[in-house]
Amino acid sequence: MKVLLRNPRREVEFSGSRSVNRLLDELQLSREAHLVICNGTLVPGDAVLGDDDQIEVRPVISGGAT
Amino acid sequence: MTAVGSKCRVCKAPAVIDLPRHNAHFCAEHLQQLCRRQVAKAIDEFDMFTPDDRLLVAVSGGKDSLAVWDLLIEAGYQADGLYIGLGIGEYSTDSGGYARRFADERNLTLLTIDLRDDYGYDVPTAAKATGRVPCSACGLSKRRLFDQAARDGGYDVVVTGHNLDDEAAVLFGNTLRWDVDYLARQLPVLPAANGFPKKAKPLVRLTEREMAAWCLVRGIDYVVEECPIAAGNRHLSYKESLNAIEATSPGAKASFYLGFLERMAPLLAGRSAAAAGDLNDCTRCGAPTTGDVCAFCRLVEKAGAHDPVPVEMVLTRGRRR
Repeated sequence: MKVLLRNPRREVEFSGSRSVNRLLDELQLSREAHLVICNGTLVPGDAVLGDDDQIEVRPVISGGAT
Repeated sequence: MTAVGSKCRVCKAPAVIDLPRHNAHFCAEHLQQLCRRQVAKAIDEFDMFTPDDRLLVAVSGGKDSLAVWDLLIEAGYQADGLYIGLGIGEYSTDSGGYARRFADERNLTLLTIDLRDDYGYDVPTAAKATGRVPCSACGLSKRRLFDQAARDGGYDVVVTGHNLDDEAAVLFGNTLRWDVDYLARQLPVLPAANGFPKKAKPLVRLTEREMAAWCLVRGIDYVVEECPIAAGNRHLSYKESLNAIEATSPGAKASFYLGFLERMAPLLAGRSAAAAGDLNDCTRCGAPTTGDVCAFCRLVEKAGAHDPVPVEMVLTRGRRR
């Protein structure tokens, strides 16, 4: 599966299906600080992603202190 | 996708998000219902404003400001937006585009100010010229210009998109320093006083993850990239620390911040009133200040006289994931 990451924007490839939470763990990304979008649809942590899916891992943390 | 995940707690449809702090999953429709209820509860609980008030929303083009504007308009409030072009290179160009498209598509009123065009400086130049941390120069400029626009435009309340994560991170920092005056003022609504307009934060009961999800399920395009100057700042490191705690103790952020509001803030109320006293009118612009010339006028004077500084010159730390 192709996985789009942000900050900086880049794409990585994984083979084999896995859950959203496992993908985030493998990428060492916080579940509280990211959302995962599969083929344009938001999906929960226990959704299983397949080889042909287009995935975006979107960070949600932003902003300065003001 | 080979298999969908859990079902929505409310309707049993396929869920789009898991929210461990609620120990539940929600579909798109019931995620929106949860967000609407939390915003309505915050507005009511803290007496933020009524449908008769004219609201000015501080709009950055990011998820939180567009989400709060969307939620307020959907709920029937009179809300215009104000976008400030900060001159942070491509990031500002992109974020302004998202703000304008959101307003245009919904036929909403978006006021705009450009620091370079209207005041002769931008955030990178202000940081370099004054020796301030860029986020400090940015925050000072935004606060002052939002206050002024609200007064000039006859708005009753300035609304910002600060969410639960923002407030918990600020509370964390203020607590680490035991900065009692800042703690006393860290409230979701500040009344109009001493020449400052009323300010309200309707998203304080919702996390940034919930706000990003709101935008996704509502089809709101927003600037996803992080501000290149904010990357690596202390505020973000506090958020990461709190998220590490949240991972093992779901609900910890809400308990920390909302518990502060319920049990600690009332004890500090007198301190807040005392700290707000003794303000003068700035001799140049008339805005409230503790001295003769306000910090914003001093910043404009210094930054306006400085050669423009490209954003790359104030990127002192590397980008982060």
